[in-house]
Amino acid sequence: MKIIIAGDGKVGATLTRQLVAEGHDITLIDAKAEVLEVSEERYDIMAVQGNCASMATLSRAGVEEAEVLIVMTGADEVNLLCCTIAHGMNPKLHTIARIRNPEYKDQIYQMRHLFGLSMVVNPERQAAIEMERLIKYPGFLKRDTFAKGKVEIVELKIGEGSKLCNVGLYDLENVVKCKILVCAVLRNSKAIIPDGNFVLQAGDRIFVTASTRELTVFLKNIGIITHRAKKALLCGGGRLSYYLAQLLHQDGIMVEIIEQDYDRCLSLATQLPDVTVVHGDASNEFLLEREGIGECDVLVTLTGVDEMNLFISLIGGKAAVPQIITKLGRLSNNRILDTLPVGSMISPKDLCCNDIVRYVRAIRNQTGAAQAVNVIADGQAEAIEFIVDGNTRYCGEPLKKLKLKKNIRVAGINRHNSFEIPNGDSFYESGDGVIIVTGRDEVIYQLNDIFES
Amino acid sequence: MNYRMMGKFISRILFVEVVFMLPALLISIYHQEKETIFGFLTGMVITLATALLLHLLCRKARKGFYAREGLVCVGASWIVMSLLGCLPFYFSGEIPSFVDALFETVSGFTTTGASILPEVETLSLGNLYWRSFTHWLGGMGVLVFVLAIGRGREKSDGYTMHLLRAESPGPKVEKLVPKMKDTAKILYFLYVFLTILNVVFLLAGGMPLFDALCTAFGTAGTGGFGVKNDSIAGYSPYLQNVCTVFMLLFGVNFSCYYLLAIRQVKNVFKDEELRFYLGTALASILLIAWNVRGFYGTVEETLRHAAFQVASIMTTTGFATTDFDLWPSFSKAILLGLMIVGACAGSTGGGFKCGRTLLLIKSLRRNVRQILHPQKVQVVRVNGQTVTERVLDNTNAYLAAYAFIVVFSFIVISIDGFSPMTNFSAVLACFNNIGPGLESVGPTCNFGDYGFLSKLLLIVDMLAGRLEIFPILILFSRSTWIGR
Repeated sequence: MKIIIAGDGKVGATLTRQLVAEGHDITLIDAKAEVLEVSEERYDIMAVQGNCASMATLSRAGVEEAEVLIVMTGADEVNLLCCTIAHGMNPKLHTIARIRNPEYKDQIYQMRHLFGLSMVVNPERQAAIEMERLIKYPGFLKRDTFAKGKVEIVELKIGEGSKLCNVGLYDLENVVKCKILVCAVLRNSKAIIPDGNFVLQAGDRIFVTASTRELTVFLKNIGIITHRAKKALLCGGGRLSYYLAQLLHQDGIMVEIIEQDYDRCLSLATQLPDVTVVHGDASNEFLLEREGIGECDVLVTLTGVDEMNLFISLIGGKAAVPQIITKLGRLSNNRILDTLPVGSMISPKDLCCNDIVRYVRAIRNQTGAAQAVNVIADGQAEAIEFIVDGNTRYCGEPLKKLKLKKNIRVAGINRHNSFEIPNGDSFYESGDGVIIVTGRDEVIYQLNDIFES
Repeated sequence: MNYRMMGKFISRILFVEVVFMLPALLISIYHQEKETIFGFLTGMVITLATALLLHLLCRKARKGFYAREGLVCVGASWIVMSLLGCLPFYFSGEIPSFVDALFETVSGFTTTGASILPEVETLSLGNLYWRSFTHWLGGMGVLVFVLAIGRGREKSDGYTMHLLRAESPGPKVEKLVPKMKDTAKILYFLYVFLTILNVVFLLAGGMPLFDALCTAFGTAGTGGFGVKNDSIAGYSPYLQNVCTVFMLLFGVNFSCYYLLAIRQVKNVFKDEELRFYLGTALASILLIAWNVRGFYGTVEETLRHAAFQVASIMTTTGFATTDFDLWPSFSKAILLGLMIVGACAGSTGGGFKCGRTLLLIKSLRRNVRQILHPQKVQVVRVNGQTVTERVLDNTNAYLAAYAFIVVFSFIVISIDGFSPMTNFSAVLACFNNIGPGLESVGPTCNFGDYGFLSKLLLIVDMLAGRLEIFPILILFSRSTWIGR
């Protein structure tokens, strides 16, 4: 498929890597020649230098023949203009724009019609929602949902002395006394799709699928005690902070934001009257202590600098804050960070990419496309939800009879809103939602791709 | 350095080479040329064995292929390809000296067309065909071909850009479409299409099929190996004019044809390099025609010869219809100038390239203006787009490397005692991939009399000229081979 990506920044580059790997024809547009040169060296793409909102540049990038335009420049207004103009030049084009100014938040629905947008992404708001869910149900490093929120895939780390240490997966049900499935394990920064003989060790990061109800039982049975968060400390007062503070406040959690820039503090204080806004340097240990880092339940580091976020999270770890969430941009999926006690690492950029990749895959094959795509295990594995339809092979046959490709597991079957962890005798039928986990390099576009041909 | 990945690439190139030797083998079987059949069979077996060996040795290549690997890979593959490509000549006994056979093959692959053979017509048909076909292969580049037919996941990396950049001539190489493989396919499609068109036009003028094929290969690659001792002079005026037109066509940047194919005609005619190229050609033709007006009987003949020679030299083909060594100095001087300027970037032609000349002229003009207005801020633009300082720097560096190599080669080959004009034009003719020079290496003579050392140096010059210097120069750099 011919895809144009305008804006070769963090998200643009991540998308380029993903979409090139999936075999699409990518044309990158950016105003800076140096940035493009680097991308041209790394990926098999074409680069066009220029202003993406100008017709001449779009035309040079071949917008007339393109199928998807993804606009990720730094300015919302440019993104909108670019999509509108491109849509005028090629009415069949799917346009995806990033709109992240909170002031436009409430008018996005109307704007989609006005500007000819097929999809709007707001990475910061998305990340805020993700973080809110983690805070509302603590205990996991990361959680993604399937089947409209009824099924979850969660990540947790096995600490020394955990009940899960040295447990073989065949024996798991007896230990945790609930129905869950370990669908992927990160050990020494390598993703493994485990089978029944796999034995869990301390230090493993495991990815578990289960229904939301079973997860609560699971947490209780392995002895992770959770209590409702009462106070959250947010370091950094950017857009993400604003969204998150708003969401947490609605949940009845006390929120405090520390921000360095005075004007920004003022505007936050105006917009969020019920939130405590503190003007100061969040990396200052003294300030953190004075603002009660020892008593807060959640520490979220949201400054614009990854290194700073990691540093503040480390301070939080030392102060024994029960839950820490670190926002990462540039350094996301970095293996070196695995070992650091910095809690959950959330990257708005990656979340946004997942959504767009899923959208692009859906355009590529209209039937049988994935319902949800969640990249797990530092980007080394994917959990994908499909709906079984008439074209799916082996309907009604027990799973043990099917020959699946290596490194692929069926991680769940959702039938009439009841979720089942599959065993060898399970089967799926038309209309079911099937969640598969793959650690393969190739892309699984539809359910039929998982079978050995 | 990722030797295994490079080995993998080179083995692929050698497989392709073996396949392309087949038609020549068939021709010699058809004509029952025993020695040539033996030459090709031996050559193909050795090439195949080398390819298999490399393939087996380099099965488990790791990832990681960067600019350095790309450049070295291109330089090395051209050398290996030439070493094995010359085996048929050598084993068939028709070119008994190995260095001579190598010279002939390198001259073929680099589309130079300089020959050590005094009598072309005595060569067997199989060898003649292979000799011309090397031009066609070398014209667009074998690596580009491998990229076009290649499969596998490693193609999706950006590193193939280094290969294209190293093998395709020009100051700034850009893809036509996002995927490298598709770009390579489009280039080869256009190339094959134009070659077939050329063959058809030649056949229509009554040229025998074998001659037409070989001449078209020589024209398409802008090489210049003919099948007759007198090059193209013996053919009818119509055929000569067909050659003139097609030589000029193959000297045009292939992206222009792509733009034509996707109906962006306006952009083609606005292309500054194309205008510069055609303008220079036209001016040269008129000046030479005026200068040699007394030599030929009619105005038509004068213009025909002038146009043919200009097209042949400027596109660095090297065919001849007349002995231009007999022309007056002014005409010869123009031809020498054209040798250096060369064809368009992104064409199959060699030389310094019109695009680079244009950039040099523009940046020179800028520097002169800078003297008058020291604080003036100005950018160099080509086709309405700003040329980055880096490209300008590279162009200047290229000019420097170009000049050094010409001077160095000129001094070294002067050991053999020929006249300065002979030596200078020989270096220019080889380095710019033209073929014939002036005086003792003129269109009616050959390079056979040069000594062993000079021939080797000229071989390196030809390769350096075809690959735009750096892929060859980098092989001689210490830091290339010392670990990262």
